[in-house]
Amino acid sequence: MSATLSVEKLSVSYANGTERIEAVRSLSFDVAPGECLGIVGESGSGKTQLLMAAMGLLAGNAVIDGSVRFEGEELITRDSAELNRIRGAKVSMVFQDPMTSLTPHLKIGIQLAEVLVCHAAMSWRDAWAAAERTLGRVHISEPRRRLNQYPHELSGGMRQRVMIGMGLLCGPSLLIADEPTSALDVTVQAQIIELLRGLRSEMGMALILVSHDLGVVAGLADRILVMYAGRAVECAATQVLLQQPRHPYTAGLLKCIPSLDGPRVERLATLPGQPPQPGERLEACAFAPRCPRAAERCRIERPQLLGSSTGSVACHFPLTS
Amino acid sequence: MFRYFLTRLASAIPTLFIIITATFFLMRAAPGGPFDQEQTLSPEIMANMQAAYGLDQPIWKQYGRYIASLAHGDFGPSFKYKDFTVTELIAQGFPVTLELGVIAMVLALIVGIPLGTFAALHHNSAADYAAMSAALVGIAIPSFVVLPFLGLLFGVYLHWLPVSGWEPRSLSHLALPIIALALPPLAYIARLTRGSMLEVLRSHYIRTAFAKGLPLRTVILRHALRPALTPVASYLVPAVASIMTGSLVVESIAGLPGIGRFLVQGALNRDYTLVLGMVIIYSALLIGMGLLVDLLYAWLDPRVRVR
Amino acid sequence: MAALGEDAVRRLRASPVALGALIVMSAMIGLALIGPWLNPNSIQSLDWLHVAAHPSTQNAHWFGTDRLGRDLFVRTLAGTRVSLAIGLVASAISLLVGVIYGAVAGYAGGHTDHVMMRIIEILSGLPLIFFVIFLTVIFGRNEYLLFLSIGAVGWLSMARIVRGQALSIRHKEYIEAAVASGARAGRIVAKHVIPNLLGPVIVYATLTVPQIILFESFLSFLGLGIQEPSASLGTLIAEGASEMESAPWILLVPGGFLALLLLCLNIFGDGLRDAFQVEEG
Repeated sequence: MSATLSVEKLSVSYANGTERIEAVRSLSFDVAPGECLGIVGESGSGKTQLLMAAMGLLAGNAVIDGSVRFEGEELITRDSAELNRIRGAKVSMVFQDPMTSLTPHLKIGIQLAEVLVCHAAMSWRDAWAAAERTLGRVHISEPRRRLNQYPHELSGGMRQRVMIGMGLLCGPSLLIADEPTSALDVTVQAQIIELLRGLRSEMGMALILVSHDLGVVAGLADRILVMYAGRAVECAATQVLLQQPRHPYTAGLLKCIPSLDGPRVERLATLPGQPPQPGERLEACAFAPRCPRAAERCRIERPQLLGSSTGSVACHFPLTS
Repeated sequence: MFRYFLTRLASAIPTLFIIITATFFLMRAAPGGPFDQEQTLSPEIMANMQAAYGLDQPIWKQYGRYIASLAHGDFGPSFKYKDFTVTELIAQGFPVTLELGVIAMVLALIVGIPLGTFAALHHNSAADYAAMSAALVGIAIPSFVVLPFLGLLFGVYLHWLPVSGWEPRSLSHLALPIIALALPPLAYIARLTRGSMLEVLRSHYIRTAFAKGLPLRTVILRHALRPALTPVASYLVPAVASIMTGSLVVESIAGLPGIGRFLVQGALNRDYTLVLGMVIIYSALLIGMGLLVDLLYAWLDPRVRVR
Repeated sequence: MAALGEDAVRRLRASPVALGALIVMSAMIGLALIGPWLNPNSIQSLDWLHVAAHPSTQNAHWFGTDRLGRDLFVRTLAGTRVSLAIGLVASAISLLVGVIYGAVAGYAGGHTDHVMMRIIEILSGLPLIFFVIFLTVIFGRNEYLLFLSIGAVGWLSMARIVRGQALSIRHKEYIEAAVASGARAGRIVAKHVIPNLLGPVIVYATLTVPQIILFESFLSFLGLGIQEPSASLGTLIAEGASEMESAPWILLVPGGFLALLLLCLNIFGDGLRDAFQVEEG
């Protein structure tokens, strides 16, 4: 069965005068149908840019290289009109800031129904009814009343549910969630993750979950892709990654998560140093300055992403169990 | 929302009242009287005229009479156009000026807003620069220069349109004055819309709209336009003021019998009641416009209605 | 302060449009100033032989003559001088009033500031022309009244800008530090307040001049401004408008001059605003 989403050597850079700022560098990964892929990385790692590239939402001065194929169709070369058939219908995206991601002057019902009116050629009446059902699906109480409300009348958690509902309306094969919980309280975060889990098993769609928080991703993803400085540094099945991380960066991330049943620590572990700025040119391993295992080779030669049966890693001296 | 409108109305009426009172007393307190420019009249005739116009009464009584007659829509007699009352003059001229002003305002909006939107969508292109440069020219050059130029071009050289004069129901006579009046607000509205649209297009909710696969037209018309128009709504009252100001000159040049021309004549002739009446009408118009704009804000942004 | 100036000059140099406007403007001003020496005609002289004559290089009437035989070249340049003079003087006055008003409001803050700003709000809403016309009716036509009303055009936005700056400066740490270290108020004003105000003030002063020239031309056009025998561009345009169909150059020359002058001033002012990176408002 062909992959739902297939990214091959994707590079996204921005021209800024004479400089080129590289946000994503030669990234490759696949998402199988019905699979949940978690993408983890710090801010500046390029994870949002790669999503924007896939959805055709990049700014005008972006330069894209490589290929993004959805169900076999190449997305990069398409113009807006063609992309519009796919966006919102077969591939949906949920953004991280529910407070600002909904149009303030339109009723919730309109923002939901318009997706169906546009993509499924439904009448407004039918679309409105479908929207009400979707609100119920995402566990919003009193859906009929909510349809006639404006975004500012809903809480952050409810708005995020509405966003997720908006993404589900046309029964997409792929739902992309970019930091869906980052702007929400911890308790609400858990609810949203639960919602996504339930919807996934109910609808069987593929899910890409992007976050800087490994804990959020670990609860839901089948596989995890770790990004650093625009590149993939490790990719493996979730349990494998959590128990036997092979890239020093992944190991470092895991150490940063405080655990309730580990030894009591004096200080929370952090990763020393800063990730590189998007504009920096890197010939060698980007993580070398911060890596406790870095050797001479790491500062000269960039490690390639090498696969094995358990997963792939881009490191000259990967950790072994 | 109805309550919101009522509170705004409640503060508008006193404002108008203050304006009426202030102008009335200022006028009476001014040095010289309305008959100063006539040839010297004998004291008896002066006294008779004063009595006829009620100028010999104590000032409070005059004020009271004025307000009372205002309530009946009577602005008093014109001091210079002896056969007419101010009310009659206003009734004659107002429809002309209103027609002129309303069409100009509508023109400014229906050309300015799309122009600004177009410029924003083609940001930094040649078309954008061209449009904004044209807008700058429109803003900088006054209507009393534009109208004669247009008249020269279209009337004298190209013979497309009549240069001056007025016939009822004749659009071609009004065409050039309307364009000259509409040009500065049009240009300003185009600039405002462009800047505001550019900002709105950067919003997160516009990104969401595009991600939903909505066509560009829908994103602009349904999602982007209303928030982008808020600065334009703020500009509406100054725009009307600008059109009112422009109409003074445009009516004079084009020979249109509107109230703008009366105001200018009244000023040159020191016709007190006429000018007083005009000032009141114009002020009432502006205040009314302000109320409409407040309502418009509430429609543009639902969050305002909560207050 | 030097750094601010350098940055701005650099940005200004990079904008060919603004520079172009500056050059054209300077050329016009230069022409207006040296005009009298270029052409033998005087402002008043009536040339009965060439009444309402076309512009030509044969006789000395390069821009033609008007209905009374007065040379248009000389008259237009004189009108330009009058308009510019009024523009600059009135701008200077409104600049002074605006800066003082804004500085007081911003620095005083609190209730005083609130009241002062309300006054500005109310005044901005009124179309000034009606006020002026009204005053003209009461007080007759009067040169002082003219200057007063013209000056009243520009000071509002200036006051707003200055007050905004004064408010933000008041709370900046380096002011508090300066006060804490015992610096006198005058020194604070000179070293900290003024350099920050300079940019926006220069920009708005430049943009006020065309506003004022426009207003004055408007008044003169209606016959409520400059009186005979002096004439500003507005008066000349009014004369030209009545002769439009028979002798269009009487309108075109002063009209063109005014349009070009205002355009250049606005473009240059816009360029300055970009150079000093002041916000639109």
